[in-house]
Amino acid sequence: HKGRLSWCWRVATSVAWSILLLPLCTAAFISISNIDLFHPIQWISNSFNDFYTSYVIFCILLMSVVILIISIFNVEFYAVVPSIPCSRLALLGKIIHPRQVIHSVVHAIMGMMVAWCAAVMTKGKFQFLALSCTASESLGDAVQHMCLNEYHLFLLLSGAFMGYSYSLLYLVNNMNYLPFPIIQQYKYLRFRRSLPLLVKRSCVESLYLVRNVCIAYYFFGYIPRAWINTTMDLQTDSKLHPLDTLTGLLDLSLLYHTWLCGIFLLVTWHIAWLLFKIYATEAHHFPIQPTFAEETDQCLPKILNSNPPLIIKFLALQDLMLLSQYSPVRRQEVFSLSQPGGHPHNWTAISKECLNLLSDLTQKLIMQQEAAATNGRVKHSSSSKAAVTEEMAFQTQRSNVVSRAHMPSLVKSSLLPLKALSASDLGSSFGSPFSSPGLNRVAGIVDLNSPWHGSVQSPHVMRRGPKLWTLSSGGRSSVSVLSPPPLCHPEASIQAVFSDAQMHIWALEGLSRLVAASFTEDRFGVVQTTLPAILNTLLTLQEVVDKHFKLPHASSKPPRISGSLMDTSYKTLRFALRASLKTAIYRITTTFGEHLNAVQVSAEHKKRLQQFLEFKE
Amino acid sequence: MCSLALFPPPPPPGDVTLCESNNVLLAGRPHELPPPLGSPGQLADLPVLTIPKETLKAHSRLEHSTKPAFIHHQETLWKRCLNAWRDVGVCGVLNEIANAEEEVLQWIKTGSRCALGLCHWVSSLHGSLFPHLSLCSEDMIAEFSQAVDWASCSIRAFAWHPHTSKFAVALSDDSIRVYNTNSATVPILKHRLQRNVASMAWKPLCASILAVACQSCVLVWHLDPTSLSTRPSSGCAQVLAYPGHSPVTSLAWAPSGEMLLSASPVDTAMLVWDVSTENCVQLQWFGGGGVTYLAWSPDGSKVLAATPSAVFRVWETQMWTCERWPTIKGRCQTGCWSPDGSRLLFTVLGESVIYSLSFSEYSGETQGQVGGSKTASIVADLSETTFETLYGEERIGGEVHSMVWDPSGERLAVVIRGNPETPESRTIIAVFRTRNSPVFELLPCGFLQGELGTQPQLIAFHPCFKKGALLTVCWSTGKISHIPFFFVSAQFPCFSPSPSPGMALSSSSTSVREQPLFSEL
Repeated sequence: HKGRLSWCWRVATSVAWSILLLPLCTAAFISISNIDLFHPIQWISNSFNDFYTSYVIFCILLMSVVILIISIFNVEFYAVVPSIPCSRLALLGKIIHPRQVIHSVVHAIMGMMVAWCAAVMTKGKFQFLALSCTASESLGDAVQHMCLNEYHLFLLLSGAFMGYSYSLLYLVNNMNYLPFPIIQQYKYLRFRRSLPLLVKRSCVESLYLVRNVCIAYYFFGYIPRAWINTTMDLQTDSKLHPLDTLTGLLDLSLLYHTWLCGIFLLVTWHIAWLLFKIYATEAHHFPIQPTFAEETDQCLPKILNSNPPLIIKFLALQDLMLLSQYSPVRRQEVFSLSQPGGHPHNWTAISKECLNLLSDLTQKLIMQQEAAATNGRVKHSSSSKAAVTEEMAFQTQRSNVVSRAHMPSLVKSSLLPLKALSASDLGSSFGSPFSSPGLNRVAGIVDLNSPWHGSVQSPHVMRRGPKLWTLSSGGRSSVSVLSPPPLCHPEASIQAVFSDAQMHIWALEGLSRLVAASFTEDRFGVVQTTLPAILNTLLTLQEVVDKHFKLPHASSKPPRISGSLMDTSYKTLRFALRASLKTAIYRITTTFGEHLNAVQVSAEHKKRLQQFLEFKE
Repeated sequence: MCSLALFPPPPPPGDVTLCESNNVLLAGRPHELPPPLGSPGQLADLPVLTIPKETLKAHSRLEHSTKPAFIHHQETLWKRCLNAWRDVGVCGVLNEIANAEEEVLQWIKTGSRCALGLCHWVSSLHGSLFPHLSLCSEDMIAEFSQAVDWASCSIRAFAWHPHTSKFAVALSDDSIRVYNTNSATVPILKHRLQRNVASMAWKPLCASILAVACQSCVLVWHLDPTSLSTRPSSGCAQVLAYPGHSPVTSLAWAPSGEMLLSASPVDTAMLVWDVSTENCVQLQWFGGGGVTYLAWSPDGSKVLAATPSAVFRVWETQMWTCERWPTIKGRCQTGCWSPDGSRLLFTVLGESVIYSLSFSEYSGETQGQVGGSKTASIVADLSETTFETLYGEERIGGEVHSMVWDPSGERLAVVIRGNPETPESRTIIAVFRTRNSPVFELLPCGFLQGELGTQPQLIAFHPCFKKGALLTVCWSTGKISHIPFFFVSAQFPCFSPSPSPGMALSSSSTSVREQPLFSEL
């Protein structure tokens, strides 16, 4: 499959570049670790000589393997939709999840390898684990012993510690999330833009890590030392201070080299991570119409309507947004009619998928709002029957989207307990060992249902899947009394609802720009037929989003983001969605102007449209 | 090439330019309205106002810290150093140590003095390369602002809303007033951080979001268009700040409304903001020393970024690559785009000409190419010209301070700064007739004159005036007047909301029945 192939190609290129940049980092590391300000010429020539020695070349090879393994983990763990832990407890659950444990252990080992390379390249007192020393018991016969070089051990352990911390931070900061850039730029420029920040962050982070390493070694350093001493039959050099004392740790050269080793580790790993992010989120050009019959699978309408891996879907939607903005030629292809038959297949497929995405979001938001409303009600006054029945009536009216009779009874009953969890944390809490047994049962039921889902061929029916959740909402009020409401931080649950909002933002932008462009470019009037549906969907979504931001927990302003390397844009996606939804509606209303009055929409929406036409929203 | 000698002489002193009608600029006494102006319509509700400087309250307090309110108390040196570190950074600590009177070791003192001296020397070296960096931020804003006399006039910035008849005026007391033709309420925006406003811009495709370039940050006001409140709380404002990016002197929204660009003469990078999430991307391009002025082309494909040195850049907005344009004499002072984004007119400090730069037809297929022509051509010569009038000799001409092009691309208004050496030359607005296709043409139209003793301060075209073009001029006295140019535009008019919503609603319901959009078979 070609999409798969291009994905592999991207990954391979990013790994290749991060390995190619490794000699540069190594050279910088060697020259900085041997720095000698008083003899600059000697320093430079020494650094050059060091770089060509065999052990440095061996270290570079070893580091390449490390980078390769780190990249494999990057590729395996990436996500376009971030998983947002519901609470501290859920986060803890994720940390001791086997997958994450493997991640941490491997990173710790890799960290130790990097530290070994750093120690070997630093030379001096760090180079070897065992040194020959003279036991000073009797001055007469100096017996040669092998002693443990604690400096080397300290570097190795700090490397392992840093690798483990990196893995923890990777999880906590959601570094596996692939944020798509707000502007398109060439890869080189993106890399160059992020590099200073990356180096700066690595330096600062390494400083904190060194502090933590020192603290940890001060308290627990004797354990690994004693272990190594006994297993390798080494002795302690009594002339040197042991490092788990204050005087031992306050060795400036030791701290400096540990810090440098930390920077080296973090910079190389962050570069691999950054390059992967840049390559993975680069815009991909999907054809609209196949030039050959076998290319049909790679066409934008086809990809949008099938269920590819999420990253492919994201790239397709991004491409839709870009083509709707920049490419008149490709827009023309979207508006074109099929050659025999004269059907607007391209436009129908694209608009249908965008509208489906948007109405799914609408459903999700309605559910979340209802959950919030009932949760509050049950807590405050569990006996207010009237309110509950009113709510039920409202919900049954809402859920007449799909008729009840079509539902297999199994699905209907099994979905009942699901209602208790607010829809938001569905994705995030699966697989967490701390989740309740009820949740696991539900997960099992969903799995059990999946062959039923899978057996349905038509993507149209497949897409109805999420809508099924709303069906059983009539029986919810009783259920929510039975099972306790999930202990979720409100901000986290809101973030989880909007975690995949990037797709919706692109769908909104692409759709609205295509509609606006159709005013002058659509020669066959293919867009006009779907215009009422588009307006309906957008206005309904607008209503629901407005309501969402009036919920008590929803803050109306994005939180302050400090300029950091970690991208936290998933926390603010809902604000971006609200803004682009408004812009999308305005884009359509300003283009069509008074002509919109001729489009058939409900009276309520007509009123809303008039508000937009007068710029009063 | 067009020159000032081809212009009709300016109107007699005391007369005010009222409008353009039948290809002639009409002037008269300020209170006699010619027939087209008397007619009802879009013009009648436009507020003509005067905001004299005297009515504006000066700053009640000059410093925004609470320091002066407390009794001075000598803390220990370490504490002061810590505070200085938090407030100012390394330089603050060095300064504190160097100026310490007490028991500090002498060599630390000397060392910090040396370090401080080195810092000053390095920064002065940087300053000698880019002289504007030695200005204080207020002088810098005055230097690079589009207002003719930013420092002493009561009006500092002006912005029309791109879709409705609504404008914002920034005043010298750091408040902003928003006037709307359809409502009598005039919201006054004030914010703790809203100081020394250099520029404002309304978000396109949006009802009421105003970005304000302030001394220390960019403020984005979210105003509720239906609200009747006259003092929106400062909670309605979003603060977009980035270290090292102040003062902000220019702002530009993408015409599609997604992004905001901000520029500072101190920062070599311009920032692309995603306002809703407050994320920003730095567009770094070293050289030039900063960015002073931004202009986004109306079709959204290109951005002009002027720098304080003799170079400017044109960015294309798909892949954000740029073309560098060195100028011969001075920095690029102002520039404006044709409606289709294919032509850039710009002026350079120290030369009294208008340059034109054409760009190849934009299509999305040429990724990452700006497509500018090889050289810029001179299209107008605005050097000093003497007009013999009945009332004496008038000398007009000089450098261009600001320049605006109307949305239909048929009128170009230029603020010409008089020669400061000759007292009788004055600042005046010259208006050109322009045409973009099939060939570019620039023809003289006339001079605009305000009341006696007034000078133009800021100019802006109304974004969707249906009967031609409408130029709003802010005068040095604080008067804001609107001068219509009546002509039939060759372009199809842009959409603007209808004046009477009730009427539109009733007529629309009938039109549904009478003329369906597509035929029902």
